[in-house]
Amino acid sequence: MDFSYTETQDMLRDTLARFLADTYDFETRKMMLARPEGRDPGVWRALATELGILGAPFAEEHGGLGGGALENMIMMEELGKVIAIEPYLQTVVIGGGAMKHAKHHGGGAMADAVIPAIISGEAVIAFAYAEPQGRYDLANLRTTAKADGAGYVLNGQKAVVYAAPWATHLLVTARIGGSQREREGVALFLIDAKSPGVVRRDYPTVDGFQASEIYFENVAIPGDALIAGGIDLVEQLVDEATVAMCGEACGIARKLHEGTLDYTKQRKQFGVPIGKFQVLQHRMADIFIEVEQIASMALMGTLKLDLPANGRKAAVSLAKAKVSRSIRFVGQNAIQTHGGIGITQELAIGHYFKRATMIENQFGSADFHLDRFEQLTLDA
Amino acid sequence: MHLDFSPEDLAFQREVRAFIAENYPETLRGKQDEGDELTKEDFLSWHRVLARKGWVAPAWPVEYGGTGWTATQKYIWSEETASADCIRLMPFGLSMVGPVIYTFGTPEQKARFLPGILSGGDWWCQGYSEPGSGSDLASLRTKAVLEGDEYVVNGQKTWTTMAQHADWGFFLVRTNPDAKQQEGISFLLIDMKSPGITVRPIITLGGEHEVNEVWLEDVRVPVNQRIFEENKGWTCAKFLLAHERTGIAGVAASKRGIEKVKTIARAEMDGDKPLIANPFFRRKIAELEMDLTALEYTELRSLAGESAGKGPGPESSLLKIKGSEIQQRLTELSLEAVGHYGAPYFRGFGEGDNEHPIGPDYAHRAAPTYFNTRKTTIYGGSNEIQRNIIAKMVLGL
Ligand SMILES: Cc1cc2nc3c(=O)[nH]c(=O)nc-3n(C[C@H](O)[C@H](O)[C@H](O)COP(=O)(O)OP(=O)(O)OC[C@H]3O[C@@H](n4cnc5c(N)ncnc54)[C@H](O)[C@@H]3O)c2cc1C
Repeated sequence: MDFSYTETQDMLRDTLARFLADTYDFETRKMMLARPEGRDPGVWRALATELGILGAPFAEEHGGLGGGALENMIMMEELGKVIAIEPYLQTVVIGGGAMKHAKHHGGGAMADAVIPAIISGEAVIAFAYAEPQGRYDLANLRTTAKADGAGYVLNGQKAVVYAAPWATHLLVTARIGGSQREREGVALFLIDAKSPGVVRRDYPTVDGFQASEIYFENVAIPGDALIAGGIDLVEQLVDEATVAMCGEACGIARKLHEGTLDYTKQRKQFGVPIGKFQVLQHRMADIFIEVEQIASMALMGTLKLDLPANGRKAAVSLAKAKVSRSIRFVGQNAIQTHGGIGITQELAIGHYFKRATMIENQFGSADFHLDRFEQLTLDA
Repeated sequence: MHLDFSPEDLAFQREVRAFIAENYPETLRGKQDEGDELTKEDFLSWHRVLARKGWVAPAWPVEYGGTGWTATQKYIWSEETASADCIRLMPFGLSMVGPVIYTFGTPEQKARFLPGILSGGDWWCQGYSEPGSGSDLASLRTKAVLEGDEYVVNGQKTWTTMAQHADWGFFLVRTNPDAKQQEGISFLLIDMKSPGITVRPIITLGGEHEVNEVWLEDVRVPVNQRIFEENKGWTCAKFLLAHERTGIAGVAASKRGIEKVKTIARAEMDGDKPLIANPFFRRKIAELEMDLTALEYTELRSLAGESAGKGPGPESSLLKIKGSEIQQRLTELSLEAVGHYGAPYFRGFGEGDNEHPIGPDYAHRAAPTYFNTRKTTIYGGSNEIQRNIIAKMVLGL
């Protein structure tokens, strides 16, 4: 057992942290959000070219830095610290994860084309998996891909697809068979986001991102857009994304804690800093405790991604359930401790709170994951 | 002791139901169903209906325009208006400054200000908090200096709810900088159109504009707009705080809120069943009902004490604490219930803008409402301050 990061990993974290400290302060972020496209694409380009770190979790043969899930977690934690509006989770963690899998399962040509495009910053991938009726069940799909000659025809609707307005590619789950909630018949495709028949309704999200409702209207896609692996692959990708997002939660929680701690030292009422009130001291201690547990669970989940499917799922579910609960505690109490100023748009703290809140339910709520854990471990 | 309504109470209940059914403004109902932000005119539409009927101020003494209802009738009224999903009237005139004026004001002040509060002709705001004085309100620094028969007021207030619409504000100002904190404060009624007042919006987390900064620069206020004696404003403030806290439990509104959560949970699917069949989710609803019932009966006991002559005491802090926590839990449940559709941000319908919100109609306000409702444990005396009050005033610690 060894919990130390390698020198390369430390360097990755430092490089990114320094870059974000210079380029992603709260005021700059506000200006990015105010742009018509809701972000500054120059940041993504800089991450790719100037820093050259979008290849962190890819193999060297693809021009990557040879890392994996741990590198993703590190990146996400640092991005979380500035509540970055960057499609790292969607493009690198999920899209990249799908390509790494494709590489060894018959999709070599696709992987060889797309991975370098991810690393160079040219490709932005959005993950179209959720459907209006489906909640967090990845197999609950009405979107269909019907075989048509050598290819498929895609029809259906996807809900709240983060990063879709910026995407060059869409990673789409659809049924090639089976009934609405069956595991059998779930397939994953990587398609050109500009394919005819892809209709988008774009909108901002409450946590500052951009997303879309996507309607597939007889979208013709080539046969080699299919990535072999079915529901098992989809679950694996979502598990990887979930723990990466736990890393983001960790970055956010640290900032909520730090900002609130500073505030309790500065803000005076009744002639003393409010941090002198014991009830707030205990609260700060509790926030600290929860932050440490978020960090632990993000790491635990990441380190167990390589287990066989059931072990991996159980570990990821425990991690996400705990992180959902803890990030809620940290966020709500950070706001409460700030008093009125906490609920304004003016302070960064409220924006961290909003993203924290969305993380609670993204890829499954605490209830969903505790239930999944129970089914995997208690029914056995 | 019993819980039954008398035949007279039941008749009253029927009367109230029929009145609401016939008179609740149609346009308001529509906007509420759509989850739109309500305008000043929306709030006033229901206020005016009630004013005409003489039902706008059930808590006031009859001589000033109250209804003379028994405690049970008041309870029926709040139950019925909530279950019919009537909007809550703005509290600043009716529940706050009104009672201060009829309790501490001169006959001239009562005659001048009470009719506008009742009719809705005057919209009021509360100018207490300052950037440096929130929980520690008595440290406020906005100062008023008497020059002839006018005060000249300078300073800054903040978090002033709905000041952007206000005709009048009631303000706490420092009139004696040398006295002990609480003893140098006066209670002034200020015309919000006075020269020297600037109102600047503060946008809250859900994107709403409900609070403001209010800057006062050499604002001249006639001395006959001071309530009670100079430097005795704290007495009015304390009286008002107690008043503000009763009703803050919001039991009836939370009951209605639970029904709304159930409606969402029946519409949302969880696999092949509605979400309301999910054991974890339904348990949370049951727990909320449990806590809300405990709060309801605590409030009823406290109201019974009040009608037996005991004024609202420090134990009303209990109602504030539990009521606000329940309001927040309701918004947590709504947000959980809507799943993915909590994320899309919908700014509301602009003029000539008819684009429909993303996802089901009940979903698009879930996250903004959740964010916004964090305020309930902060305002009206934060829950920490309320617990301090219980510890000191009730428990003697
Ligand atoms: C939406 C909204 C609407 C409002 N509307 C109005 C209005 O119309 N008019 C008006 O005058 N004011 C209004 N307020 C202001 C409100 O009353 C104050 O926000 C409240 O009094 C808290 O003050 P503060 O925000 O300065 O927080 P602070 O007093 O700075 O408190 C910060 C934190 O410290 C805690 N704390 C402070 N003192 C103690 C202590 N002794 N022991 C333990 N903990 C402590 C608080 O509980 C809080 O968690 C509104 C506020 C909000 C959020």
